[in-house]
Amino acid sequence: MPSSDYDSACLPDLLPLYYRRLFPFAQYYRWLNYGGVQKNYFQNREFSFTLKDDIYVRYQSFSTQNELEKEMQKINPFKIDIGAVYSHRPNQHNTVKSGTFQALEKELVFDIDMTDYDDVRSCCSAADICSKCWTLMTIAIRILDRALRDDFGFHHLLWVYSGRRGVHCWVCDEAARKLSVAARSAVAEYLSLVKGGEETVKKVVLTDPIHPFIRESLWVVEQYFSQYALQAQDILGRKESVDKVLALMPEDVKKELQQSFQQEKKPETRWKMIMEQARKKQGTAKKGQYFEKEIMLQYCYPRLDVNVSKGVNHLLKSPFSVHPKTGRISVPMDLKELDKFDPFAVPTISLICEELDRPRPGEEEEKSEETKENEKDAAERRKIRDYKRTSLAKYVRYFDQFLDGMARSWKGQLLKKSDLQKEF
Amino acid sequence: MQFSSRRKKLATNPQTELYTQPLQFYVQPPLENISLSEFETFAVDRLKLLKTVENLGVSYVKLSENYLSKLESESKNLNFPYKPESDDKKSGSTECDKRRKDHISHFILRLAYCQTEDLRRWFIQQEVDLFRFRFNTVLLSKQKLEFLHKNELHYNTITTEEKAALKDKLINSSYAVSGITVTDQDVYKVPFQDALDLVRTRKVYLKAGYAYIPHQDIVTIVLNDFRTKLSKALALTARSLPAVHSDERLQPLLNHLSHAYVGQDYSIQKNVGKISLEQIDSLSGKSFPLCMRQLHQALRENHHLRHGGRMQYGLFLKGIGLSLEQALQFWRSEFIRGKVDADKFDKAYAYSVRHMFGKEGKRTDYTPYSCMKVILSNPPSQGDHHGCPFRHSDPDLLKQKLQVYKVSPSGINQILELVKGMHYQLACQKYFELTHNIEDPSFSLNHPNQYFIESQKVLGGGKDIKREMDTSQRSQENSAAKGSTAAREAAPNSSQHLAEMTEDLESFFQDA
Ligand code: SF4
Repeated sequence: MPSSDYDSACLPDLLPLYYRRLFPFAQYYRWLNYGGVQKNYFQNREFSFTLKDDIYVRYQSFSTQNELEKEMQKINPFKIDIGAVYSHRPNQHNTVKSGTFQALEKELVFDIDMTDYDDVRSCCSAADICSKCWTLMTIAIRILDRALRDDFGFHHLLWVYSGRRGVHCWVCDEAARKLSVAARSAVAEYLSLVKGGEETVKKVVLTDPIHPFIRESLWVVEQYFSQYALQAQDILGRKESVDKVLALMPEDVKKELQQSFQQEKKPETRWKMIMEQARKKQGTAKKGQYFEKEIMLQYCYPRLDVNVSKGVNHLLKSPFSVHPKTGRISVPMDLKELDKFDPFAVPTISLICEELDRPRPGEEEEKSEETKENEKDAAERRKIRDYKRTSLAKYVRYFDQFLDGMARSWKGQLLKKSDLQKEF
Repeated sequence: MQFSSRRKKLATNPQTELYTQPLQFYVQPPLENISLSEFETFAVDRLKLLKTVENLGVSYVKLSENYLSKLESESKNLNFPYKPESDDKKSGSTECDKRRKDHISHFILRLAYCQTEDLRRWFIQQEVDLFRFRFNTVLLSKQKLEFLHKNELHYNTITTEEKAALKDKLINSSYAVSGITVTDQDVYKVPFQDALDLVRTRKVYLKAGYAYIPHQDIVTIVLNDFRTKLSKALALTARSLPAVHSDERLQPLLNHLSHAYVGQDYSIQKNVGKISLEQIDSLSGKSFPLCMRQLHQALRENHHLRHGGRMQYGLFLKGIGLSLEQALQFWRSEFIRGKVDADKFDKAYAYSVRHMFGKEGKRTDYTPYSCMKVILSNPPSQGDHHGCPFRHSDPDLLKQKLQVYKVSPSGINQILELVKGMHYQLACQKYFELTHNIEDPSFSLNHPNQYFIESQKVLGGGKDIKREMDTSQRSQENSAAKGSTAAREAAPNSSQHLAEMTEDLESFFQDA
C-alpha cells in the first residue's frame, strides 16, 4: 500500500510539512554537534542542498540548530548532503584567504550501491532492486561492520538506508573523524577485495596465506551463499550464468566440470562438485588455489566506492533526507534487525505525512496543559509527538539509541577536559 | 662568511659524530661551510639519484632484484652510500665522504623542494623510497636495532603470551612470519594509522585499531616516522624561504633544481585549436595510447563516461590541444546522444569540464595524468573504463584487443611478457614501436600526452605540433642528461666566484 502511493510530483507539496513537523532536528543537531566537545564543530560543518530542478547549493552552514531549522523550512530542500568540518564557516568560504579554507574532519564514510553489482545479479540491473538482491547489502553490512569494529576498533557506526538502492555507513568515532586522506584510503583499500572494471573477468584473486580478515569475511558470505547465489540468483542454473562462473576457474577444472554438468542440473549439487574440485586441487597444486572462495567473493563481497571514503571533503547524502525518486526517507538501520530489514517497507514521505493527518484519539486532553507552557516549548513538544505518530518513529528511536551510545563516550571526554582545567 | 667558531668548538669532529651510520634521519643540518661548486654537484647528483628512484619505482616492483641492483649501481656511480661498508679505493671516496655527500645534498634539496605542495610531495615520496632501499640493503640487521636505538625510535612490543595467543593470525597476516620465526621475533603493536602501507595492502594483522607488526616489517613504521618528520621539516624550511630567495647566488640555482626533474608539464597548452573535433576519431586510432583509445571507444559506444574516465580522458584531450569551447562541444554532443539531455548536461556536467580548464571552483588548472598516476591511483571498478589497459585489463582481454588492433602474434607475446613482469609502460612503449614501425624509440614513455606527441612526430602529422613540442621536449631531455651543466648555466654568474665563495648552510635550517 504505502510505497506505490508516492508520486514525485507531490514532493514539493509534502516537503514543507515534513520539515515543519517531522524532521528530527533535535537529534540531528545532537549528532552533528558531538556534545560540543570541539569548538565550532557544528558551525563549521558544510551542508549542501539540492533544490527544485537540480539546483545545487554548496557551502551552507549554520550557527545553531534553530538557524538550520529555519533555513530548511524556508527552502525545503529536495535532498540534503553533509560535507566536512572546515577550518572556517563554510558560508564564508569566499571571504577567507584562498588556501586557508580547508576541510579538517569528517566521519569516515562508506557508500555501497547496488549498481556496482550489475555483473553478478541477474534479477535486476542499474537502479532497480528487489528483495533477492537486497541480500547483497545485508552481506556487505555484516562484513564491513565486523571489520570496522574488530579490526579497526571503531564503535559508533551509523548504517543508513540510502532511500533507493544502497546503504551508507557513517563511522562517527572521534578517531575516525580525524583520519587523514591517506589513512581513509588505506582503510578503504584494506576493505576492498573486488578489483577491476569492465575489462576484468576475474575480479578477486586470493594469495597465500589467506588473511584473517578475508577468512572472517568468507565466513559471513558462507552464511548466505547457498540461499542467495545458488537459489535466488540461480548462478549455476542457466547456461550463460554457468559459463560466467566457469570462466573464473583454472582451464583443466573448467573442462572437467563442463562435462559433469551435462549430467547434473541441480545447482546445489553442481556447487558441491565445484567444492570437490577445489579440495582436490588444493591437495595437488603448489599453493594458493582458492577458486571456489574467489567465486564466492566475486559474487557476494561488498563493492565499495573507494573515492567516497577517501576524501575528507566528499559530500554524502544525509540521514533523514528524502529520496526524490522513491520518496523514501533515508533512515538509520538497526543492525539487530538487519536480516529483517526490508527496503520496501521503509516509509515514504507521502505515507508519514498521511499518517500525520489521521485523527488521533485523546488529543483534546493534552491541549489544556500545552497552553501553560511557553510557546516555543509547546511547538517543540508537538513536533516530538508528531513523528511519534508516524512510521518514522521507530527509526528516530533507533537514532536516539545510537546517539546515547555516543554521548557516553563524549561525556568521558568532557570530564577529562574539565579535570584538566581544574588542574591549572 | 661569518662562520661561527662556537660551533667548531662544540663539535670538534662533527663528521665522526654524524656519519657513524650509513643512514640517518637527517635531524641535524650540516654544520660546515661548503663551496658553491660542491653545493651544486651534490645537489644535482642527488636529484639524479632521486629521479632514478622514481623511474625504477614505476618500472619495477620496489625491492625486487632488478630494482635493488639498479639502484645500487646508480648510488655507486654517483658516490652515495650503497652498501654496508664501501670505501671505494678507486674513486678515492671514503665511506665518510659518501655519507657527508648524502647528508649535505639532502639538505640542499630540501631548500629547493620545500616551495610548493607538489614539490614537497614529490621529494618526500622519492626520499622515502630511497630510505626504504637503504634501510633494507645498506644496514646490516644488527645495525638496524642500533639505528632504532640511536634515533630514539621506541615501539611497544607485545608479550610472549599475547604472541602465542595470536600466533595463527600473525602467521596468516604477513609474509615475514612463519611458524618457526614467530616465536623468536619481536612483534610491535602500533596504532594502525602508523602502518598505513601494511594496512593498505593487508599485510599485517589488525585488532581493535592496532597493527601487529613483526620485526621484519619494522621498516614500515620507521618509514612512517621518517615521512612525518621530513614533511614537518619541509614545512618549517618553507618558512625560512624568504631568506633563501633574497640570496641572489642561491636563488636561481634552487629554482632550477626544483624544475629540472619533475618532468614536462603537459598542461601548458601550446596547440590550442590546432586539432578539430572531426580529427579525434582518426587520431584515436593512430596516435592515442591504448588507455585513451579505450576511453574514446567507450564514450562513443555508451555516450557516457563515469567520473574517473571523464577526468583521465578530458585532461588528455585538453593536453593535446582542445580548447574549452571544443571540449564542451565534444562532451555535450556525445552525452546528449545517450541518456542525458542538453539541459541536464549543462547543469550536471558542463561544470566539471570547465573545472578541468580551471574555470570553476578553485580555478586550478589541472594537469593531464601521467602514466604513473593512471597506473597507480584510482583503479577502475565496475562500470569504469579508465585506467591503463596494460595494468588493469585481464591479459586475455588485452590479448584479444591487441589482435583486433592487428599486432603480430610475436609482438603480442613480447607485450604480454612485459605486462607479466609488471613493466606496463615498457609494454605500452613496445606497442608504440610495433604500431609505428620503429625500433628503439628515442624517448622513454611516462605520459599519455607524450605518447601522442611522439606518435605525431613519427607520423609526420601536425607539423606545428611537432616543431613546438620538439623544442620543449629536447630541453627537458637535455636537462635530464646533463643536469649539472644546465644547472651551471642557470647560475652563470656564480661560476666565477666558485672557488672563494662559501655558504653557511645551516642558517637556513635554524627553524628546522
Ligand atoms: S602506459 Fe601510459 S600511455 Fe600507455 S596505456 Fe598505460 S597509461 Fe596510457
